[in-house]
Amino acid sequence: MGSFLRSLSPEQQVSLMFVLLFGLLLIASGAGVLLSLRERQHADDHTGDRAQRLHDYQALLRNSWLMTLVFWVGWAAGESVAIVLFGLVSFFILREFISLSPTRRGDHRSLVLAFFIVLPLQYALVWNQHFNLFTVFIPVYVFLAIPVVSALGNDPQRFLERNAKLQWGIMVCVYGMSHVPALLLLNFPRFAGKTAFLVLFLVLVVQTCMLVQHLVARRLRDPVAPAISASFHWRSWLAGLAAGGLLGVALAGLTPFKPLQALAMALVACVAGSFGHLVMKAIKRDRGVTHWGSAGRSVTGASGLLDRVDALCFAAPVFFHSVRWTFNL
Amino acid sequence: MNWRAQAMSTFLLGLVRLLTGAQARWYGCPPKAEQRIYFANHQSHADLVLIWAALPQELRSITRPIAARDYWTASNFKRWITTEVFNAVYVEREKKGDEDPLQPLIDALESGDSLILFPEGTRGHAEDPQAFKSGIYNLARRFPHVVLVPAWIHNVQRVMPKGEVIPVPVLCSVTFGEPVALGADEARADFLQRARSAVMALREV
Repeated sequence: MGSFLRSLSPEQQVSLMFVLLFGLLLIASGAGVLLSLRERQHADDHTGDRAQRLHDYQALLRNSWLMTLVFWVGWAAGESVAIVLFGLVSFFILREFISLSPTRRGDHRSLVLAFFIVLPLQYALVWNQHFNLFTVFIPVYVFLAIPVVSALGNDPQRFLERNAKLQWGIMVCVYGMSHVPALLLLNFPRFAGKTAFLVLFLVLVVQTCMLVQHLVARRLRDPVAPAISASFHWRSWLAGLAAGGLLGVALAGLTPFKPLQALAMALVACVAGSFGHLVMKAIKRDRGVTHWGSAGRSVTGASGLLDRVDALCFAAPVFFHSVRWTFNL
Repeated sequence: MNWRAQAMSTFLLGLVRLLTGAQARWYGCPPKAEQRIYFANHQSHADLVLIWAALPQELRSITRPIAARDYWTASNFKRWITTEVFNAVYVEREKKGDEDPLQPLIDALESGDSLILFPEGTRGHAEDPQAFKSGIYNLARRFPHVVLVPAWIHNVQRVMPKGEVIPVPVLCSVTFGEPVALGADEARADFLQRARSAVMALREV
């Protein structure tokens, strides 16, 4: 099996991965259709719980199809399209973040700056591989530019609070997210054409960690910080890390890492991602909502895009920089 | 609709959805092709575009927004977009001579169209909507079979505050409430007050 994989060209390896992914999704969707047929037969016994679980499953499946399609399009159409796609994701999650952070009229120009200048510039820097500028552009230059524009708006009320919120939004939604496509452009020796695996490694490891953490937490009581998250326990957190780390080791063959390096990188990404998710939960609690996204939907329980990618936003920069130092890229 | 208006309409819909999501929340009634007057709070010129975009395609084609003649016919472009794309009904904000300012609305209702109305008459800047003008009462008296649907438009003033030209992306939604019916002998002031609180009640749902 291993020698067969190694005999393939990088292109073929990536294609094989997508064939496998789409195959798995097809099987899962088929199972979903069968389950929904069974649901019809049992329509008379009113078990809302089952229907709810089926509903969740279908939502998860739709989401996975979408994510896989996006990745496939991103890979098939090349790095530039992938960068544009991640830029769009940034745009949508920043929109969700801003919608739930009350701004005043004086912030309008800062918002224009954030959405239409900072966001495209950050992705343009990724595109042009200006890695040095890309890592300092937002923390150094935009950090100053946003409050300056706000101050010129002539509104001192809750000034620090408003600007802090906007800067947070930009850091998480633009800066964090832009590190995912930046992985595609890292120049590993003898790894050309396969950096898509690095993105896949990060996404799979972090999402697996979050999923396992969520599943294990269902069985536990007494969360660490009940006012912030009812599902954060040290035990479930460790279980998530273990799952993420093991998956990292299993996927080491796809990456330029040796197994131990892969374990370390996976753990770094999982720690950053899971804590980032907890921090975003605290922000949601402060705003009095359970999910990002538009007001109407959060009531029905479906969630926003930011809920699904927030762990990634925190994990990506940490992962990116850890990889860069470790390999001196 | 000619192809230019069609293209503009598609473009505007895409733009509004990209910036605001233009989510419709049918809270008190389903979207239904009956003759209706939608009445909503008014804080921005973008209100008209947002509620137009939030309606489903089938209803959008039979629903006409009301536009103030002095603002929306000020330039050729505004006039073109309101007549060709939004199929708006123009009203005079100031009464001229003894012509009934409601006449264009009455004509539209008589020909079977639904309307989008902002009963405050002008854009408000406070948290709560201003007192409603009596036009909606007169229309309700005259057309008892037309269903009056209250709507609350969330967040639009943040997309483009007064005096700004570039809109920013903020999620907006339109909540449609339970229809309000005019009582057989309900007084004008009572009805206007009730209609206004029906709109305001939707802010919290």
